Amino acid sequence: MNRQFIKMFEAFDRFGDWYDRQKRDNFAIYGLVFTLFVVSIVLGLFVYVSIAGFPRLGSRFFSGYASRIPEQAGILPALIGSLWVLVLVFIISFPLGLAAGIQLEKYVTNTRWARLLEVNITNLAGIPSVIYGLLGLQFFVRGMALGESVLGASLTLSLMVLPLVIVSTREALRMVPNSVSEAAYALGATKWQTIWYHALPIAFPGVVSGVLLAISRAIGEAAPLLVIGAVAFVPFSPASIFDYFTVLPVQIFFWATKPQASFLINASAAILVLLSLTLLLNLLAVRIRERWHKRIES
Amino acid sequence: MKRPAEKLIEALLQLSGWLTLGITFSVIGVLLVNAWGFFSSIPLLDFLLGTRWTPFSEQQAFGMWPLLLGTLLTALLAMALALPLGLLISIYLSEYANSSWRQVARPALDLLSAIPTVVYGFLALVFVTPALQFFFPGIERFNALSPGLVMGFMILPIITSISEDAMRSVPANLREAAFAMGASRWQVAWRVVLPAAFNGVTAAVILAFSRALGETMIVSIAAGQQPSFTLNPTVAIQTASSYIIQISLGDVSRSGTEYNTIFAVGIGLFVLTFALNNLSYWLRNRFKQIQA
Repeated sequence: MNRQFIKMFEAFDRFGDWYDRQKRDNFAIYGLVFTLFVVSIVLGLFVYVSIAGFPRLGSRFFSGYASRIPEQAGILPALIGSLWVLVLVFIISFPLGLAAGIQLEKYVTNTRWARLLEVNITNLAGIPSVIYGLLGLQFFVRGMALGESVLGASLTLSLMVLPLVIVSTREALRMVPNSVSEAAYALGATKWQTIWYHALPIAFPGVVSGVLLAISRAIGEAAPLLVIGAVAFVPFSPASIFDYFTVLPVQIFFWATKPQASFLINASAAILVLLSLTLLLNLLAVRIRERWHKRIES
Repeated sequence: MKRPAEKLIEALLQLSGWLTLGITFSVIGVLLVNAWGFFSSIPLLDFLLGTRWTPFSEQQAFGMWPLLLGTLLTALLAMALALPLGLLISIYLSEYANSSWRQVARPALDLLSAIPTVVYGFLALVFVTPALQFFFPGIERFNALSPGLVMGFMILPIITSISEDAMRSVPANLREAAFAMGASRWQVAWRVVLPAAFNGVTAAVILAFSRALGETMIVSIAAGQQPSFTLNPTVAIQTASSYIIQISLGDVSRSGTEYNTIFAVGIGLFVLTFALNNLSYWLRNRFKQIQA
């Protein structure tokens, strides 16, 4: 084992030696090329999907239901399902993540306990999403008898994105200058008053930006929903949290795995809608965070 | 003086801290309880050592190696792309790029991880696989290579963002000392900064690998559903995660040994990613301690 490691390092060294012997250090150019290569692949993806999917984007596509005939199939139930999930994941994961974040950042004093909780959250963030699906299946769908419903799906996804919300809450609270809390304590505020009335309002945009990122993760996720039993063919738009559901990524999966080529056009069009939704949330989150950073630093 | 309302709030906060621990234990509990049904009828050693995975054929066999090899193969292919590319890009961004360009490039790279994985799967199937078939006609429609490469792009931002952070937090005086000795920019990057940030970079690589092992949609769409005991990247395979999806979608009766396989496979996947995540976390912490 050790010998292999040493060999690996020697390879590293030889590469370094070889590069040292080159006449000029062009790494600035190489790096730029690599980075542009990756960025252009992302752009190429958008262009490709747009060209393939754009012709299908019409009122019928947005108002139609699943169908055997690709030209008549639409994404209405999937779109409504995704919006349900978006709202519910927000309602569930925001307060839970905020509370856990505050608890971890401000209240945990025992260092061993704090370490344990921190390791645990890192682990939660690393569990593959498909395993959250198994948890949701046994816990919500069967255990709590929620069935294959919008609520079961949203609870599963909320658990999955909870670590993201917690971590961003903690980071946001850490950005608040200590002087703010000290001033509040000096005036006789209790710990909770200090957090709620002084630290949290300053940290709030950071928290919101984390929640938006978490939601954009949740509405793009298909694997756990397939495990808990999202169905391919939903003939109605879910009207309550106990209804059967489908969501955009699940719909894309079913269309992408169909053999007929014209379903691929549907998949591209649905991808266009899903990407717009997730990128919008992402950009919003990034903008909020940037403006907040500027305000805090000034 | 604490008011009663505050005591209540603090109790609720405490509860939410416990909840995060509860989730971990629920995951382990759910997997163990349901896999118990599986392991009570299939010997553990058959599962751990078997090289055939045929739960639905006449001659049932429950050896995990075909699925494990499929999982490792796609993840290793992803790393083969993401490791060199990610390492070079993070050296470039941390040591060479000027800050205004970095502020554009980093969010653009991070966008790669914001793209839903089902979109990557679609691309692998309808774009990358045909392109590969054009160059290498022997490749099957479902194969490990195409989803592996696409997965490489998905995990790239994990490597670039964490290892760039690690490189940038290497103390400036190390760099200055090397420059003062007449080292070139490249020598500083390769011989000083990279070794100093080694733990952080390794942590990033391990985390990316673990993400690739657990990735589900890309392989479900583009890698096929053929558990095969092979490391050949041109044929259809199946990974642990895509097996779970296949069974969840299929019409297997939702009880019995065949169905409980997904929990046994789930445990395998969980153990693997759990170990790697903790290794990565430990390395990152050690890195912070060295810096302090």
